Amino acid sequence: MGIEFRDVGKTYPDGTVAVTGFSCTVPSHRTLALVGTSGSGKTTLMRMVNRMVEPTTGSVLIDDRDVLGLDKVELRRSIGYVPQAGGLLPHRRVVDNVATVPVLTGTPKRAAREAARGLLELVGLDPALGSRYPAQLSGGQQQRVAVARALAADPNVLLMDEPFGAVDPIVRRGLQDQLLQLQAELGKTIVLVTHDIDEAFRLGDEVVVLKTGGIVAQTGTPQQIMADPADDFVRDFIGSDRAERSLRTVAVDGRSLVVDGDGRPVGVLEG
Amino acid sequence: MTWVQANRDYVLDMLLQHVRLSVPAILISVLVAVLLGRIAWRWPRAGTVVLGTASLLYSVPALPLLIVIPVLLGIPLRSGLTLVVALAVYGTALLAGTAADAFRSVDERVREAAEAMGYSRAGLFWRVDLPLAVPVLLSGVRVITVSTVSLVTIGALVGIPSLGNLLTDGFQRDIRAEIVTGVVATMLLAVALDGLLVATGRLVTPWRGNVATGVTT
Repeated sequence: MGIEFRDVGKTYPDGTVAVTGFSCTVPSHRTLALVGTSGSGKTTLMRMVNRMVEPTTGSVLIDDRDVLGLDKVELRRSIGYVPQAGGLLPHRRVVDNVATVPVLTGTPKRAAREAARGLLELVGLDPALGSRYPAQLSGGQQQRVAVARALAADPNVLLMDEPFGAVDPIVRRGLQDQLLQLQAELGKTIVLVTHDIDEAFRLGDEVVVLKTGGIVAQTGTPQQIMADPADDFVRDFIGSDRAERSLRTVAVDGRSLVVDGDGRPVGVLEG
Repeated sequence: MTWVQANRDYVLDMLLQHVRLSVPAILISVLVAVLLGRIAWRWPRAGTVVLGTASLLYSVPALPLLIVIPVLLGIPLRSGLTLVVALAVYGTALLAGTAADAFRSVDERVREAAEAMGYSRAGLFWRVDLPLAVPVLLSGVRVITVSTVSLVTIGALVGIPSLGNLLTDGFQRDIRAEIVTGVVATMLLAVALDGLLVATGRLVTPWRGNVATGVTT
């Protein structure tokens, strides 16, 4: 069950190799974070799940069914999709954006809009924003709408393509918190693409670090990767040498203070 | 003014003929140009040939074209259809490139997200690409509307009645008021149709007006 990448590869007609021999399983209700620099094939891999890209070798299975055997349009409607910034339909009001997939699958417009307002609340937006157009919202609000839209048809699987990449760090943090809270309630099977290792560690149950050409540098839980980076590439990518990654404790007034590599306080060690 | 009052029915009749010739020509131009523009957008290599041919057609002089079309299509020389086809050729030639630009103006991120959400190919065209192409497309439609309305007058030279008759007749009989009426009526018709297009454009792209005055918090 869940999503399985079975030895998938993608070579484009011009000979560019995006991904080679990638295998990985995302159990149901878990989040897989694909992280890497541009050209690492992370987006290609995610797009194979809803057939925006079709693998040239191997197969992708959702609940043990090969996606290539499913109807493309129906498959996509059954999967929630959170695009990068700028992926909302600019000519549709926010409620209609959220109601997109239910309307496509035949839900009456009125009922779909009603449900959409509820979803706006679920992602922490004032339902009154529903009657605005996307360009009238801030970047952070727009991405909340994108999350609500992806959830509208209550899909089991959610694909997220650098969803919070274009917003400032404070807003990004808020969006990540919101997603974690939603995921705790809803338990979707999520494939998240990001170039931000901190985001991958925060949101992913399992993290795959990719090198150029879709080669897996390391797969593991955030803890495993942090504790035991597979090689110099991973060590460099996760920033093992960065001051904020090498913490130590110092005793101050009888308490254990955690400080980073530069000696700046990060927090207090409890227990 | 006395000339207009005395010939009111004649002027109105010619105005109606003018509308009957120009509006179908504009509509056909838009349909064909959107089709060609879509092809050019979808298959850029073939598109270069299509758009090149289209703009070449625009350089064909009008009078020979009005002779050639009846021969090719087997319709009478003085039929309004001849003029409508000729004007549609010019309109399409002028608009096809803009139509291709209009499709290119649609944000690729929006298209991709719509496709990934499960829009069918037809749905993507009708509900995403076409509405989002409207602003650029409309700018081109406005140009061909004005040019078509003014071109209709040349039909008078081969005996297809329109406001152009006021010009030919006025010149032949040296009635200055008739010429002025013909020019002014043609211009007013062009301005009126243009206004109609602008209003329609606002109506079908409500998201744009709102953006300008929008709150961005």
